[in-house]
Amino acid sequence: MAAVITDDIVKQFEGTTAVNGISLSVADSEFMVLLGPSGCGKTTLLRIICGLEKQTAGDIVIGGNVVNDLPPRARGVAMMFQSYGLYPHYKVRDNIAFPLRTQRVPSAVIKSKVDWAAELLGITDLLDRRPRQLSGGERQRVALARALVREPTVLLLDEPLSNLDAKLRASARNEIKQFQQRVGTTTIYVTHDQVEAMGMGDRIAVIDHGQVRQIGTPTAIYDDPADRFVATFVGSPPMNIIAWNDGYLGFRPENLLPREMIDGGDVTEFSYHVDRWEYLGSERIVYGKLSGVEAAHEVTAKLPPAHVSMESIRPGEKHAFGVRNNMICYFNRDGARAHRH
Amino acid sequence: MVAIADKAVQSRSRFKFILDRPKVLGPIFVAPAILYVLVLVGLPFLLAVYYSVSAYTIYTQSYHFVGLRNFIDIFHSQIFRQTLANTFIFTIGSQIIGLILGKFGALVLLRPFRGRKLVRALIVLPWAVPVALATVAWEWMFDSLYSVINWTLVALHIINRSEAPNWLGNPHLAMLCVIVVNAWRFFPFAIVIFLAGITAVPQDIIDASIVDGAGFWRRNYQIIVPIIAPIVVVGLIFGTVFTFTDLSVVYLLTNGGPVNATQVLGNLGFQIGIQSGDVAHGAAVSLIMLPVLFVLVILMLRFIRRREI
Repeated sequence: MAAVITDDIVKQFEGTTAVNGISLSVADSEFMVLLGPSGCGKTTLLRIICGLEKQTAGDIVIGGNVVNDLPPRARGVAMMFQSYGLYPHYKVRDNIAFPLRTQRVPSAVIKSKVDWAAELLGITDLLDRRPRQLSGGERQRVALARALVREPTVLLLDEPLSNLDAKLRASARNEIKQFQQRVGTTTIYVTHDQVEAMGMGDRIAVIDHGQVRQIGTPTAIYDDPADRFVATFVGSPPMNIIAWNDGYLGFRPENLLPREMIDGGDVTEFSYHVDRWEYLGSERIVYGKLSGVEAAHEVTAKLPPAHVSMESIRPGEKHAFGVRNNMICYFNRDGARAHRH
Repeated sequence: MVAIADKAVQSRSRFKFILDRPKVLGPIFVAPAILYVLVLVGLPFLLAVYYSVSAYTIYTQSYHFVGLRNFIDIFHSQIFRQTLANTFIFTIGSQIIGLILGKFGALVLLRPFRGRKLVRALIVLPWAVPVALATVAWEWMFDSLYSVINWTLVALHIINRSEAPNWLGNPHLAMLCVIVVNAWRFFPFAIVIFLAGITAVPQDIIDASIVDGAGFWRRNYQIIVPIIAPIVVVGLIFGTVFTFTDLSVVYLLTNGGPVNATQVLGNLGFQIGIQSGDVAHGAAVSLIMLPVLFVLVILMLRFIRRREI
């Protein structure tokens, strides 16, 4: 187990800057999620930590040692790839054993470790199959077993769930999280899916254009976004942003409620022109405009599915809505968080 | 009147779309290939089978059936047995050298470097240059008096002028020469095969093997080569079949000499059957290639099937 520090990492590819000065500190046994849109540099950062890419500038520190010049195999890291990278010509058993064979571990030890990893992930009865004969979920487990069999100090996961269907993804998410808590390996997990990030991360680093926009717990990222990018990237539907005085004002859709649903406290009131709404079973998403307010996108409100006030909220009509003042975030003209002004 | 006109339109449209029917269009497309194989491969093959069991020469054109006597004759011939062995040495030798050159050439060409596109284009030249031209150039390089190879070796003080090898005059060196020239012709093909195979290996698998601690050799020979084996074997089948039956390099460089040291089946069959006019024995020599290649191809195809798990 080891802490990982990336100190002002820069990576340039022939004229484009993929990573532009990222400093992260991942604590021992922590589950850190790198979250960002595709092309933001999160996978490049992971590959630099792993040693598959060499940074243009900056230091990688794993377990207190600067590992800049060490090849991947000497860094004590294991990585699981998006498409798993299983060796198609090897049986599952040999796939899992491969990282040990390269270290010239005695074969008796290899056998017991492979059995241990297979048992841990519940794939003991798949050991004599080949990757081609496995389902997506089974392949993912084999890849995880192969990553863990060396007992790495750091586990790097690059969008490991993106090849699974939605249902499997939910259970795999849960499994990986539980598993990480039990083994306690420092884990860095790359994803563009905010649900994965919120559900799994001890902390989340939100990355955009090769830079960290915010690092914090899922709660902090959601309730207290550092800037407009984080506010609109996390959350579904995203935070509503409207022009306000000299800057912007933002509030989450679930905080924009019919006026009659809010009692007490300081409330900012709006006249909400409802365009349409979607019924999603557990919730109802309302789309519309706020009268007299400039907004880049339409303003959404997330309401409980069945509420008495739904009777009076009809498409094409105006309704009085409000947001509690303590639920409002203020942003500067350049998008950074500001105090109320 | 109206009804008749309708019928006419209908019957015309039935022929109008006749080429849209797979049952009509398919045979039309396949016919040229089938004709080609029947006329230019099938017919000569049947003729060869027929001649090989006859006593036909261009001097006595007898279609007298002699059974397997021609085959027994050639198997009793010392030259034929040597030729058969030579053909195997020639084929296996040039395939091995070609494959090794191809593998390493592909690895070199996969790395980015300045002028890679030019090198990639140039490397196909040995394959594209007409074999007669290329072999004449090689012949001069191996010439007993003017050999540029010997000149270089002497200039570098590796050998003395007096001990310069006579490349095409020495039986062992001559075999080496025809093998090298043939491998030189074959290796661009091998490079293309390897390049296609290696670029098709998913990057995730290669990355995974690096993270798992595999070095250059382990990564290449335990991960990449097994994955691309089916593609390489297909290339090897082509290379083997072509080389085993090929006579061009031998015919142009040594014509089987010195004293049959580089004689191969194709060239021997040509010498006996065409140049000497003993069509029956020439056909028999050529037909010996058939069972050998048949076994080879079956072995390799079985290997591919086993790999496709």
